[in-house]
Amino acid sequence: MTAGIAVDIGLAALVAAMALWTILVRDAYAAVIGFIGYGLLLALVWVRLDAVDVALTEAAIGGGVTGVLLLRAVGALHRGAAPLEDGPPPGPATRRIAALACAAVAAGLAFVVLGVSGPAPTLAPLAAEHLPATGLKNPVTGVLLAFRALDTLLEKVVLLLALIGIWSLSPDGAWGGRPTLGRPGRASDTLRFLAQLLPPVGIVVGIHVLWVGANAPGGAFQGGAVLAAMWILAMMAGLSPVPAIGRPWLRAALVIGPLAFLAVGVAGIFIADGFLAYPPAFAKPLILAIEAAITLSIAVTLAMMVAGPPQRPGAP
Amino acid sequence: MPAAALDPGLLLVLAVMLPATGAVAALALPGRWAGRIAFGLWPLGLAVAVAVAWTVWAAGAPLHYAVGGWAPPLGLMLRADGPSALMLLVAAIVIGAAGLYARADLRPEPGATESRAAVVFWTLLMALWSALNAVALGGDLFNLYVALELLTFSAIPLVCLGGSAKTLQAALRYLVFALVGSVLYLLGTALLYGAYGTLDIVLLSGRAGPEPAAILACALMIAGLAAKTALFPLHLWLPPAHAGAPPAASAVLSGLVVKASFFLIVRLWFDVMPGLSTAAAANLIGALGAGAILAGSVMALRQARLKLMIAYSTVAQIGYLFLMVPLLFGVPQAEIAANAAWSGGWLQLASHALAKAAMFLAAGLIAEAAGHDRIHGLDGVGRAVPVAVLAFTLAGLSLVGLPPSGGFAAKWLLLSAAVATGQWWWAVVMILGGLLAAFYLFPVIGRAYADGTAAFARPRDARSREFVVLALAVAAALLGLSQLYPPGLLRIGLGSGLAGAGVP
Amino acid sequence: MTMTVFGLCGAALVGIGLYGLIVQAQPLRRILAFNLLGGGVFLLFGVIARRGAVEGLGSDPVPQAMVITGIVVAFSATALAISLVVRLKETGRGDDEGSA
Repeated sequence: MTAGIAVDIGLAALVAAMALWTILVRDAYAAVIGFIGYGLLLALVWVRLDAVDVALTEAAIGGGVTGVLLLRAVGALHRGAAPLEDGPPPGPATRRIAALACAAVAAGLAFVVLGVSGPAPTLAPLAAEHLPATGLKNPVTGVLLAFRALDTLLEKVVLLLALIGIWSLSPDGAWGGRPTLGRPGRASDTLRFLAQLLPPVGIVVGIHVLWVGANAPGGAFQGGAVLAAMWILAMMAGLSPVPAIGRPWLRAALVIGPLAFLAVGVAGIFIADGFLAYPPAFAKPLILAIEAAITLSIAVTLAMMVAGPPQRPGAP
Repeated sequence: MPAAALDPGLLLVLAVMLPATGAVAALALPGRWAGRIAFGLWPLGLAVAVAVAWTVWAAGAPLHYAVGGWAPPLGLMLRADGPSALMLLVAAIVIGAAGLYARADLRPEPGATESRAAVVFWTLLMALWSALNAVALGGDLFNLYVALELLTFSAIPLVCLGGSAKTLQAALRYLVFALVGSVLYLLGTALLYGAYGTLDIVLLSGRAGPEPAAILACALMIAGLAAKTALFPLHLWLPPAHAGAPPAASAVLSGLVVKASFFLIVRLWFDVMPGLSTAAAANLIGALGAGAILAGSVMALRQARLKLMIAYSTVAQIGYLFLMVPLLFGVPQAEIAANAAWSGGWLQLASHALAKAAMFLAAGLIAEAAGHDRIHGLDGVGRAVPVAVLAFTLAGLSLVGLPPSGGFAAKWLLLSAAVATGQWWWAVVMILGGLLAAFYLFPVIGRAYADGTAAFARPRDARSREFVVLALAVAAALLGLSQLYPPGLLRIGLGSGLAGAGVP
Repeated sequence: MTMTVFGLCGAALVGIGLYGLIVQAQPLRRILAFNLLGGGVFLLFGVIARRGAVEGLGSDPVPQAMVITGIVVAFSATALAISLVVRLKETGRGDDEGSA
């Protein structure tokens, strides 16, 4: 027990130190590296909090895909000309006041979160009680796909919107064209080697994570993020071309998840208790089908988000 | 189960999911379909909004629907009360007007299969509509967080649709404010869940007491939402963002988007935490509202460009909404919905949405005729776009608060509440705000009708667009006569009538 | 004890993220600060979830699901913000006087 607490204290201190480093270090590249370390350590924290589903998500999305995105950004933004600044940096007096105010907020939060006495309110028993109706064994998947399915469905739309927002930033002539990811033909040997080695393993891992998600930690988000990472790697190494954003197969892959989710949801009005309800006998196969479709959509959406807006006209 | 198909609560699902489905479908199909889908969906969405309002009014009670058959606290509930119905109606009207206006603006060049601006605009317009409806109907604070993010992500790209560095800068600043606002809101939901084990609004209103967790949570959430609403002094992002967007986008952003986060502030203040509010907090919110009215009006007065002036006027008009809070302080929960300040606040929301949308669209036509939007160069522009200038004038009546406009009725109700409760200082601010609005609007109108030497060109498709703008402005100008028909719709509130709405 | 440690850590992360948002002038650094702040909020959710553990469930699944949704939304926000900043840098050099 004491060893566990020592680990916790060490981990928390490291996470906080990484966060401080990310804020305070002068060099933007160093800050991004610090942030990636922060994301990976945070995944360990989630394991210690008995939230393995979240740990997988944090590692795959928070650490992995966000890391690639940030590294690309720091390359684009801090190369050559001076980086953009939104106004002058604040003076020492402002910094001191800000530090005090933020410390006060943190203290207030700690006081409120830790100061609760008596039994903690929880929905865990209710979730456990109703989980059998979904045919699933992983309660987190049950919450995401059944009890709070509307959150998940709307969040799928949020993902697509963010991608449209990113695409909307293309120059007018490039609309419908291809994003650039890496420099074609100039990928390093290491990158090419990794891009040949990892995807077969990664694809198996991603599909496995999706598949076990019904019963064990894992699911569509985590599996989709792993698949996205593999595709990004292959595209960066030039092994797989970056598709033009107007390609019909790409558009179909983007929307199949939300549309399948929606179709099952609407069917629920007629074959079950209402919108986004599942008939108990078919709940598990329907949920797995939705998860498979959204895994594909998430993988493609995340990868295209990292690729950024189209930069050059696509092949006709 | 055929009975389930007849559940009127499914109207709420339709209100959220119809436009969302349209947005997803627009992405799947070739670009020229985006506009067609939007136009096909609009009458359906309007009919759903009318049906929801009718059902709520006829039943005299909120409408609700447990999504997936899972009741709160485990599941999510969608709910419509009087204010939600009003939001749905206003959103449908303004979205429709913006869409009709944009149809001429965004027509693709002949030969082009899809243009960037058109595909993005139509897709985001549908998503934005879905998000607004989800905000109006959401019954769970985390579901509302997702709805708010949907709204943010559909609003930001509209700001920089033009693609110039200036609009990109405005969009980035807007994004930072919006994201920080969301994260503060999310932090509040975490604290509330930790303290009460539910995020359902109605369940929370029964459980939340004046504990530190609830107070800190509500303070964080209201601060975050105020940043998204551009409440003074967090308004700095709004003028460049709203003034730089294309006219149809400005109309939606200024008329509707900032109202969504205000709507949630009202939900939190009156439905989640009626027992937590203190006089000091209510007066602080009122003071910020008053500050918004004065600072926004003075800044509007100093603008040389028409669209920036209109955007600063939004900052000022948002201030009136927040006066609801101190004016209703101390009114017992059961009597709030019958209070003049309650109707006044909601009427201000509706009439500003219509008037401001009309004004941005009219300004779009004026700027197109003039080739610029510098106010001192607009002498005689009324000859090129007479109907647009007339619409601008009618919308101005509502913003200044002259009868019979909706703005007049709203400000009259708020004033009478201020006088009735002896809080005359809010009345002074409101009257000053009306005078200042006259000072910044009437010179523009005067110039437009004056003789001028500058040559103005009539914009293409001006006639159909002028008609849309006029219809919107007439609606704003006549809203005061209705006193919000059907009578009593706004009295159907979650606070008063939801004791039995789907929650044991 | 685990919860106390990570509760303090989450609160500290919120404070650090807020501080970064205020004092950083570069957009990319602000985006990083926003993500630190988000991580802190999620961690507080995690502590609340862990505290809600019952027999057979090590952590309340409802806040866990919210965090998963939140992480995906935060990623989308980050990607959109970065694209905006990159685009701004590309455009910023040439046509600073764009149409209003």
